[in-house]
Amino acid sequence: MTASEQFAGWAFVTPGVAIILLFWAVPIVWSAVMSFQSNNLLTPSTPFVGLKNYRQLVHDPIVGQAIQHTLIYTALFVPGTMIVGLFLAVAMNRQIRFITFYRTAAYATMAISTISEAIVFIWLFDPSYGVINYFLSLVGVPQQQFLNSPSQALYVIVIMTIWGWTGFSVVIYLAALQGVPAALLEAASIDGCTAWRRFRRVTLPLLSPASLFLAVWLTINALQLFDEVYLSTQGGPLNATTVLVYYLYQQAFVDFNFGYASAIAYFLFLVILVVTAIQFRVGRRFTHYRS
Amino acid sequence: MTATSAPARGGIESSAGGGVPPVRRRRWLPFSPWHLVLLPATLVLIFPFYWLVVTSLETPTEALHFPPVLIPHVLRFANYSDAFNSAPFGRFFINSAVVTVLTVLCNLVLCSLAGYAFARFRFLGRGALFVVILATLMVPFQVTMIPQFLITKWLGVHVLAAVGINHIGALILPNAATAFGIFFLRQFFRTLPLEYEESARVDGASRLKVLIRIVLPLATPALATLAALTFLDSWNNFLWPLIVVTSTNQMTLPLGLATFQGAHSTEWTLLMAANVMSLVPVLAIFFLAQRHFIRSVASTGLAGT
Repeated sequence: MTASEQFAGWAFVTPGVAIILLFWAVPIVWSAVMSFQSNNLLTPSTPFVGLKNYRQLVHDPIVGQAIQHTLIYTALFVPGTMIVGLFLAVAMNRQIRFITFYRTAAYATMAISTISEAIVFIWLFDPSYGVINYFLSLVGVPQQQFLNSPSQALYVIVIMTIWGWTGFSVVIYLAALQGVPAALLEAASIDGCTAWRRFRRVTLPLLSPASLFLAVWLTINALQLFDEVYLSTQGGPLNATTVLVYYLYQQAFVDFNFGYASAIAYFLFLVILVVTAIQFRVGRRFTHYRS
Repeated sequence: MTATSAPARGGIESSAGGGVPPVRRRRWLPFSPWHLVLLPATLVLIFPFYWLVVTSLETPTEALHFPPVLIPHVLRFANYSDAFNSAPFGRFFINSAVVTVLTVLCNLVLCSLAGYAFARFRFLGRGALFVVILATLMVPFQVTMIPQFLITKWLGVHVLAAVGINHIGALILPNAATAFGIFFLRQFFRTLPLEYEESARVDGASRLKVLIRIVLPLATPALATLAALTFLDSWNNFLWPLIVVTSTNQMTLPLGLATFQGAHSTEWTLLMAANVMSLVPVLAIFFLAQRHFIRSVASTGLAGT
């Protein structure tokens, strides 16, 4: 390597790398340090307290609830979004009239921000004037409290986020469906496979890399759920929708317990690492890559 | 990239009609039976959009009527001017546009430079730096947000007020270059043939000139993908603005809308009018550049396959 190449290399990477070091690499270390400190508004200094924050985390009943809600949410949202996306993508994967309209309608959900989405769904699910309660009343269901009900609020958030991610999963599955060779499907049908068997035995295995990607990607996003909760329920009613990141936000920027919040953040990181590692491990067994 | 661009070309006829092999069957409907699935599904998907627009045009009495008025009798466009007058949505929009445009431009420039250096130059510390960048890619934002907040606060006080708390500069600077962008462009640059660059160097072009004149034109699809993904991320970002911005005139659209919702939570007609106003620009851009957005999202999904 020449001196000029050395110089050019550093000159090219410095601006971008400096930003990433300052705003990402340093904070990763800093918040690790902070998670072992007592850092809140009450004390002017930030003494090291060892594992105190992590011990507090283990015994905090709200953290327990938040983990439970986060996992329930993820367990419903991820398969829900994948099934809706797969179903629509398969239906849209053909040249029929109005197909551009159908596809665009699905894609449009990708452009809407989480905030806009949450506001619309709060209104749709309004207990008193909401149109969903009206539709339910047409089929004889009594008035529901939805986001005001501790037993329903989390499920309403599942529904609104599935809607918001429909476009994304449709795009991923449609792109993957393009890669399914027509020759394979024809061969299968010549061999007497029914449409369902063709889908189950040929299409679905060929879609498995896309499915694994979606599962991992949606899970990472689901574990970080925040915007919709902040807008619609603020973690309530009765903590029924307090998820990990919402509790972390409250600890950090409402109560300013930076030390404890950092411990929660690292715990969240650990949860994400473990869950995605499991997904890759399990996923590998069901994933078929065409070489 | 060729495989990933398939959906954008709408080239569905060839491979993907795959679901329906050319077997002649009796048509029991004058149209494809798939319409029976797609039409109701699409109605469900677009109903929230319909309801959003309808509510934004109703009178407060009609909006707060049960059973709901599904088709308004009179269209009340004054909701839009009322919403516009009760919060500075023009300002929110300009802030969002400035933040998003600058973030996208900075990412294109800084990630191109760094990505190209990581792809082509050998320099001391390259391996170590690249590993650090990959490591930050794995860590969720929530882990870094408290120190990011403290660093931003410090920068605003001691270095430059415009990048500190309560300034839109604080929304741009931390995201002006992303580990994803550097990694993504580096991977793409490495797939380009080396010959053009070498011959240009022999002809006496500087390294920067080679990047600008030869490499970047070849990398347009990758740059477009990075731009589209950065645009969506930046335009919709909520948590970071929520943390660093509290003064109304520095808010972006999502934050302004959320604050407006907090203050007018029962005035549904105004809220929906504000929501429509915040949606129209991004929907317009999305539909104009739909091919790019779709291809970009699809390519992230196909990257691993």
